[in-house]
Amino acid sequence: MSVASETVDWLTDSANWSGDEGIPHRLLEHVYYTGLAVGIAALVAVPLGLWIGHTGRFRNVAILVTGSMRALPTLGVLSLVAIYSGIGLTAPLVALIVLAIPPLLAGAYSGIESVDPRTVDAARAMGMTEWQVLLRVEVPLALPLLVGGVRSAVLQVVATATVAAYISLGGLGRYLIDGLAIRDYPQMLGGSVLVIGLALVLDGVFASIQHLALGERSRVEAARRT
Amino acid sequence: MIEFTSVSKTFPDGTQAVEDFSLVLPSRTTTVFVGSSGCGKTTLLRMVNRMVEPTSGSIAIDDADIASRNPVELRRSIGYVMQHAGLLPHRKVIDNVATVLLLNGVPKKEAHRRSAEMMEIVGLDPSLAGRYPSQLSGGQQQRVGVARGLVTDPNILLMDEPFGAVDPIVRAELQQELLRLQRDLDKTIVFVTHDIDEAFLLGDQVVILQKGGRIAQVGSPADILAKPANDFVRNFVGLDRGKRTLRIQQHEGRSIVVDETGKATGVLAE
Amino acid sequence: MTWFLDNFAYVWELTVKHLVLSVIPLVVGFVVALPIGWFASRHRRLRGSVLSVGSLIYTIPSLPLFLVLPSIMGTKILDPLNVIVALSLYAAAVMVRSASDAFDSVPAEVLDASKATGFSEARSFFRVQLPLAGPVLLAGLRVVSVSTVSLVSIGALVGVSSLGSLFTDGSRRDFGTEIIIGIIGVVLIALVLDTLLVLAARLLMPWRSVVRSSGRSV
Repeated sequence: MSVASETVDWLTDSANWSGDEGIPHRLLEHVYYTGLAVGIAALVAVPLGLWIGHTGRFRNVAILVTGSMRALPTLGVLSLVAIYSGIGLTAPLVALIVLAIPPLLAGAYSGIESVDPRTVDAARAMGMTEWQVLLRVEVPLALPLLVGGVRSAVLQVVATATVAAYISLGGLGRYLIDGLAIRDYPQMLGGSVLVIGLALVLDGVFASIQHLALGERSRVEAARRT
Repeated sequence: MIEFTSVSKTFPDGTQAVEDFSLVLPSRTTTVFVGSSGCGKTTLLRMVNRMVEPTSGSIAIDDADIASRNPVELRRSIGYVMQHAGLLPHRKVIDNVATVLLLNGVPKKEAHRRSAEMMEIVGLDPSLAGRYPSQLSGGQQQRVGVARGLVTDPNILLMDEPFGAVDPIVRAELQQELLRLQRDLDKTIVFVTHDIDEAFLLGDQVVILQKGGRIAQVGSPADILAKPANDFVRNFVGLDRGKRTLRIQQHEGRSIVVDETGKATGVLAE
Repeated sequence: MTWFLDNFAYVWELTVKHLVLSVIPLVVGFVVALPIGWFASRHRRLRGSVLSVGSLIYTIPSLPLFLVLPSIMGTKILDPLNVIVALSLYAAAVMVRSASDAFDSVPAEVLDASKATGFSEARSFFRVQLPLAGPVLLAGLRVVSVSTVSLVSIGALVGVSSLGSLFTDGSRRDFGTEIIIGIIGVVLIALVLDTLLVLAARLLMPWRSVVRSSGRSV
């Protein structure tokens, strides 16, 4: 039997679809870690990014930090955090949060920066308070880039959570790491297919949200441009 | 009445935009600040609604110093129309017009009703209400800007080169429209432009500014043409180039008005 | 520090491997993406589909791709070729978009002028379009370079050695120093490659300053 058909067998074997090591449970774990990490990162990064974008303060620092954090090898960060905080959910979660921050931060501040300063000036001149300028003008107009930041953060974390299985995190990455370790190639490939599928589906979902975030106005603008 | 008393403004980068500027802008008239770029005209305008804070001196509206007023409330009580209209691209036209009403807590239905009325007053077709700003022509956007500035029925309307970005034909149309509106509404208008013809057309009081917000001359268009204060003014309004010096010539039995160079510019009414 | 000095030869060997595994995909990705990007910028209708395929490839997480490629290409799991092919795919996927944007950024009047002054199509490409597209191409290359250098280390999980091996090894032995040295090494390689790219750009395009943009890293 070829590896491909064995992989299909592994994916369709009902034994792999139940229990704590079953596909649904692993999938949920993966989505849970991703949601948790991106959620916590967003609580920090989005308000900070909005503030940087609105005030223009610490912009250069933000660019420098997000830029250099991108150069950090995720595997290295994971391994290091794991050593110092031991086995458990904390270590990989901390690493995932750290890695989700740069795209979220960049999405937030570049989103606000992308708003035409004349529009912001007009809003202020009409008598909007700073909060109203931010919430009624800047954030709605920054939404596409903001969601874009969430989208890249999610994909980043889905990928890194897979890698994190090697420091004993659950989720779909388990199939890849365990399958590789015991040379169970159908399990390894089946897991890989699932991770790829999850990434593509999530990307599709966020692409749609991004499209919605553009709103009717920008669809009109886009239609006029072409 | 708006009164500037010894107002100066130095920006953080050291630019002295306005130096010791004093002037009274009478109520229910149009005062036009005119000058080249860098003369501080926009800075002066933006100090009226505290978008720019003076470094020294004071500005009073009806004898009350605006420095003691909450800037946000002050801005909501003053209409503001800017170049490129400054419309919110993510809001429909009707919501753009209604913005300040909604900020002031007017119920949405009432705000929309009054906005629709105002759109009609400034000559906008009601069918445009549901469009987004990007779907309008430049002239239409500028009309929306004017409607937005007027919808709360403010006593004061600030206009910062509002017609600077539209083509000459539309500009002429909008200028006439503003004259008509002003006849009906009687606002205190502060208007900024670099176009002396626009200033003479719209202004009851024209303020010609030199660098640093120094007043070269204040007066009605007729005052300025009749008695230009100095060479700067003469040059700025075009008296030295013969464009404003007109003579009558007889031609085919009618009185033709020609300028200094002999170019025909009109016919004398008989 | 003593560990580093004792194992200098080993770290150096891994650094060279890491560098090779980074540079090959960069070059391959660039060479593959350039014509595709040029084509996409010229044919607006194909542009959408070409770019979607690119972003689809880019969406695939790296570890599963390393593991799936062997059964598609018939290679062994441990073969460095898997990593090279996967990273070349990513590099090409990003560079196609950059290249297409880059050629779009060449002003139409300049193209017109070069045609009017008698440049042949090929001459116009090499003498006019490519140099003018340079700054945007460079911005793309810098993004790809940083993410590729970081991604090479993931290969260590499937047994392809690079500085990433210091991460897996250090993690197995609970030895932080080794991991930190690995991280420093990876960041240094990224920094050196980036500096080389910027220097090369100054040399090749003395008339323009450098454009920046951003990307991902796993």
